[in-house]
Amino acid sequence: MPKRSDIHSILVLGAGPIVIGQACEFDYSGTQAIKALREEGYRIILVNSNPATIMTDPSLADRTYIEPLDVPTVSEIIARERPDALLPTVGGQTALNLAMDLHRAGVLEQYNVQMLGANVDAIATAEDRELFKQAMDRIGLQSARSGIARSLEEALELVKATGFPSIIRPSFTLGGAGGGIAYNAEDFRRIVEEGLKLSPIGELLIEESLLGWKEYELELMRDSAGNGVVVCSIENFDPMGVHTGDSITVAPAMTLSDREYQRLRDMGLAVMEVVGVATGGSNVQFAINPHDGRVIVIEMNPRVSRSSALASKATGFPIAKIAAKLAVGYTLPELPNDITKSTPASFEPALDYVVVKIPRWNFEKFPGSQPVLGTAMKSVGEAMAMGRTFTEALQKALRSLENGRMGWGADGSQPVPQERLRELLITPTPQRIFAMRTAFDLGWTVDQIHELTKIDYWFLDQLASLIALEKELRQYDLATIPAELLLQAKRNGYSDPQLAYLLNANAAEVRQQRLGHGIKPTYHHVDTCAAEFPAQTPYLYSSYETESEANPSDRRKVMILGGGPNRIGQGLEFDYCCCHAVFALRELGYETIMVNCNPETVSTDYDTADRLYFEPLTLEDVLNIVDVEQPSGVLLQFGGQTPLKLAKGLEAAGVPLWGTSPAAIDRAEDRGQFGEVLAECGLRATPYGSATSWDEARAIAERIGYPTMVRPSYVLGGQGMAIIHDQAGLDDYLRHITEASPEHPVLLDRFLEDATELDVDAVADGETVVIAGMMEQIERAGIHSGDSACVMPTVGIKPEVVEQLKRATDKLARALGVVGLMNVQFAVKNDEIYVLEVNPRASRSIPYVAKASGVAWAALAAKVMAGVTLKQQGISSAPELRGFHVKEVVLPWRRFPGATIALGPEMRSTGEAMGSGDSFGAAFAKAQAGCGRSLPTSGAIFVSVNDHDKPALVPVAKQYSELGFKVIATAGTAQYLREQGLKVESIYKVNEGRPNAADYIINGQVDIIVNTPLGRASLFDEQAIRQTALRQGVISITTVASAAAVADAIQALREGGLGVRALQD
Amino acid sequence: MTRALLALEDGRTFWGRAVGARGERAGEVVFNTSMTGYAEILTDPSYRGQLVTLTASHIGNYGIDQLDLEAATPWAEALIVRAFTERPSNWRSSESLSELLARRGVMAVADLDTRALTRHIRAAGAMRAVLSTEDLDPASLVAKAQAIPVMEGRDLASDVGTQTSYEWHEGTPTDFTTLQLALPEAIHNRHVVVYDFGVKRNTLRRLVDFGCKVTVVPNRTSAEESLALKPDGVLISNGPGDPATLEYAVDTIRNLIGQVPVFGICLGHQLIGQALGGTTFKLPFGHHAGNHPVFDTSTGKVRITAQNHGFALDPASLPSDVNVTEVSGNDQTCEGLQHQSLPVFSVQYHPEAGPGPHDGDEHFRRFIALVDQQRN
Repeated sequence: MPKRSDIHSILVLGAGPIVIGQACEFDYSGTQAIKALREEGYRIILVNSNPATIMTDPSLADRTYIEPLDVPTVSEIIARERPDALLPTVGGQTALNLAMDLHRAGVLEQYNVQMLGANVDAIATAEDRELFKQAMDRIGLQSARSGIARSLEEALELVKATGFPSIIRPSFTLGGAGGGIAYNAEDFRRIVEEGLKLSPIGELLIEESLLGWKEYELELMRDSAGNGVVVCSIENFDPMGVHTGDSITVAPAMTLSDREYQRLRDMGLAVMEVVGVATGGSNVQFAINPHDGRVIVIEMNPRVSRSSALASKATGFPIAKIAAKLAVGYTLPELPNDITKSTPASFEPALDYVVVKIPRWNFEKFPGSQPVLGTAMKSVGEAMAMGRTFTEALQKALRSLENGRMGWGADGSQPVPQERLRELLITPTPQRIFAMRTAFDLGWTVDQIHELTKIDYWFLDQLASLIALEKELRQYDLATIPAELLLQAKRNGYSDPQLAYLLNANAAEVRQQRLGHGIKPTYHHVDTCAAEFPAQTPYLYSSYETESEANPSDRRKVMILGGGPNRIGQGLEFDYCCCHAVFALRELGYETIMVNCNPETVSTDYDTADRLYFEPLTLEDVLNIVDVEQPSGVLLQFGGQTPLKLAKGLEAAGVPLWGTSPAAIDRAEDRGQFGEVLAECGLRATPYGSATSWDEARAIAERIGYPTMVRPSYVLGGQGMAIIHDQAGLDDYLRHITEASPEHPVLLDRFLEDATELDVDAVADGETVVIAGMMEQIERAGIHSGDSACVMPTVGIKPEVVEQLKRATDKLARALGVVGLMNVQFAVKNDEIYVLEVNPRASRSIPYVAKASGVAWAALAAKVMAGVTLKQQGISSAPELRGFHVKEVVLPWRRFPGATIALGPEMRSTGEAMGSGDSFGAAFAKAQAGCGRSLPTSGAIFVSVNDHDKPALVPVAKQYSELGFKVIATAGTAQYLREQGLKVESIYKVNEGRPNAADYIINGQVDIIVNTPLGRASLFDEQAIRQTALRQGVISITTVASAAAVADAIQALREGGLGVRALQD
Repeated sequence: MTRALLALEDGRTFWGRAVGARGERAGEVVFNTSMTGYAEILTDPSYRGQLVTLTASHIGNYGIDQLDLEAATPWAEALIVRAFTERPSNWRSSESLSELLARRGVMAVADLDTRALTRHIRAAGAMRAVLSTEDLDPASLVAKAQAIPVMEGRDLASDVGTQTSYEWHEGTPTDFTTLQLALPEAIHNRHVVVYDFGVKRNTLRRLVDFGCKVTVVPNRTSAEESLALKPDGVLISNGPGDPATLEYAVDTIRNLIGQVPVFGICLGHQLIGQALGGTTFKLPFGHHAGNHPVFDTSTGKVRITAQNHGFALDPASLPSDVNVTEVSGNDQTCEGLQHQSLPVFSVQYHPEAGPGPHDGDEHFRRFIALVDQQRN
């Protein structure tokens, strides 16, 4: 069937801010879908509150709304744009839920908008556990014994039948949030109560435990003619009990016979049909009893998903793109296979390689929470690797994670503590794969390890084969090792640093030795067909085979290094920058070569760059590609800290690096050198020092004074950063940090209380410096800029100070010799400027600045790095901003029960939303809504501010009062406000008595909190209030300026909405 | 470690490690891109005379379940694999692939660059080759490869088919009769005679599943002899070798057509095509896979199919009363035919799967329907 001509415009819903369980894979799938639909001539209207996405680039959709993903906003957009259809299947659970809400609210019917891809009934059947179970019964498939509970009592009744251990799954939550495994009645009560709270419909599933069963997933596609194909089978290395997003997964399935596999295929296609998915992609998860092959259907998602993104990257089959085409009426046989270009898309990819995905976790950022893996997803990113064998792919994936490992051990890293070994094998944690390594090293057998982990023998045997190979390797040193054995090691994924460790040499020597033997990687096409047909699209991975298929061109080419696995502090924003660098350089006529190992990204889509190498971002792997491609230039600035770490090694190897030189990067990062730069510019930093010992650290702290901000050098996202108020605190901090990184110095900075922090992004070409954007942080100083809401343009900085900040940025760019992007963090206190830090690379804020200003700064910078000056590009300054643009962040507290809930200098947020409006208030309200938090329009406001802020608070409190809010305050603030004629109710501070402020918050008697820093004495009080507020989801404001903005926003909301605006308007 | 050398007739050689029997085997080297199903492939009689390269990375992982064997004995001359699993892990496994190879004296080579080999075959075509653990001199082994007979003109079906008639009673194991393999409600006692050119057990199992009494006869059985068995339908099986050499079979089939419903699979399809007046030709490297799309020319629907053939029927050679019912999505070759008036049809691919997807299973249903229609 050809495409539908009865529809002309399609509304696409994005996934909103990045949260755990729903990350940039939906930017990838949404971007693909939009491109595919526009190619067909449809007018595309996009709504997504996340400005860091590629999909929200103004050039992608016809109409782009960076607006909240809620019913009122999207209804308004529908009324304005009158789309014929809605595609709800490429924006994750958020889009699916919103589509259902729009349907229930009657909006789709009112405006005659058809749902494409999945219909309401199919979504309901797939999402509602009871309906799903009934559907499975109808086609004779087994589900786990289970029942639905809407109260603790019902749950306790059910568990009598299903037994312990018991699996608890709240309905309609993302990535299994709030779910868990209960081994006893006590755990059970706790998890059920939390789950009932988290489920938007207060419902959960109590289920029989399938712990230790094998887990599989099929990615399927179906068209309107009823044709169905399986794109990819995935087998979990971790058996049932660990969320699939937290599992090491392998494609294709490794331990299924054809009969078993074809049975799953039949089941998967039948599930899709009975659920009623009309067209598009779905995944179906299965558990298989390892002893008798009994198959249980766990769940299905009637939409593209995290695993469909993985499957697309693993096979070269673009699921989201094909799903979009099927949604508008095409059938599978009508669509071509993009990779071969000669065969149709209606086939099932054949792999002659193995794909391993390993999640990346950030538990260290959430002290207090247990780093244990269960049914609720905790990982924040993932790395994928391909190899011709499992061992090769596994080791490549492990070194792609960038957590200091160069493979599966044999890299000098510490073994897990022996006394915890059993526990670390039994309980799934991020460490389990390395605990297994330790166990093997200690001589444990495969049987012993299987007994505790239940991991399939096949995988364990593969690991054991590595141990055996190492035994052989260790009999040699670099001088004596036979070339054949060296090659065998490389074919099993050993990195040069691992071989260096095993052969008592250094990595450079190993490299030299193996190149001397002619042992170098071969590159192979991800061709969808196991070499049956030639691939026309250069999507490559490395191995050590007999012939390479890289076939590099002799064009002028540039290599762009990506950011690797997502983690807190380095995510989607850098993928956005990498993609823009690619677009810009293609425009200049360069062949672009992308290197990255993150399957969730747009940058690893095979049609983003001219050539894609899906490879780990280590020096060895990058140099190998450079050897083959011989690029004219390599760009490191766009992938965050990951590529920058390689700068020195690449430079030493003579690789042409474009943009800011490694020496300049060093000058910015080395505090001593940076001090000289500041002096040269006549700028001031906060008093600071760099300590290599405890005594030195104490002395520096005494000299610069408390409070002091301490952190290890070379960190990302403020990891290990803390504000310390006295020597006891400092000692405590040092005890922890020296455990983490003994050889790195600790940096101490005087912390400026009550200052305003600003972020400035700029582009420089050595001649001209252009300020791209200046963002004022809305949170108080001391909170990581990545966790703070901020606003463009600035609202609380005097114009002359703004000018000074611009001049300072200009001077710094020149002094450092920046070519490309630069980000500066300033603090302003009493109109005095302090430079906090400079990062001579793309920053997290670049996409937000780009969306606010309408300029693709990353693309400009890439061109600058290729030698096209800003003047040649016709850019001398940023355009005047239209309105106000607020960025707000989302934090994953709910995923980490037990963690201390507080914002601080260490970044913990996973994603962001942008709100734009004519006033600061309107923009702020939209940013909140974009993060899924709606501002209260009535209720009570609790205020507690320092003396300095009291005068400014008066008109604000009055405004709230006039809006009908009850004003509640702690004694001091209450008295001041009463003196100014306001009606105020006073309550206790947390440490003064009960009921106190925290009790009020817990009881839901407070809707807004305004709490400015009161100094050290009341730190405890403030933290208690903020933690309670975060837990209860009550909006908490830490500056009077924001409080005023929120009041304006509420006023705007009450006066009838904030309006919507497309980027193209 | 025992080294093994694979030499191709065009002079290209590949090294690997011997993992099966030792010795020397010659034949045509082909590749199969199925990701599962090595046991079925190894024992598929259609691989007689061929060294089979399996492109999937790891082979041997789930061991051997005797139920997965498509014949009593392995027929492929040798297996060529990248990574070989010695110890299987699967509840169904009763022996390892390694044990089966040793028990049956089948050669296999591992750690060989199967992708390079596959790319070479894709470009240069399937060709003669010798695998040896005895003669490791490339020049000598290449010379041997050049000396073996070419596939064209070889009647290999006579080697693999049964010499005596027998009845087959076993159906598909119930654990694996999924929805797609579900049976029609009413089961009649139909009698189907199967001409064995190298039939796979899964074909026989599906006939039993559909309530057929199955008699397997030698492929040189005359039409009169088989009609004397009073079959309700005749199935012409798959098998190895060049279909153009089997004139005796073509004659027999010509005599069967019109007398009784006839259904052909793979080689059977090529023979039926010839019996109806068509001719066959050799494909450059054949179709050996579990993922080939086939388009139904009447409905436009796609079936994902298991394929294993080196020759194909030239559709232009078929008379006008024969319809091409299905074509390959990859190279548009003929994948199925049906006579406009006579009860005869055939498919080039493997509806019985084993290994492979079950999308073609409906052809058994179609055959049974045709049988029932003719009986009434």
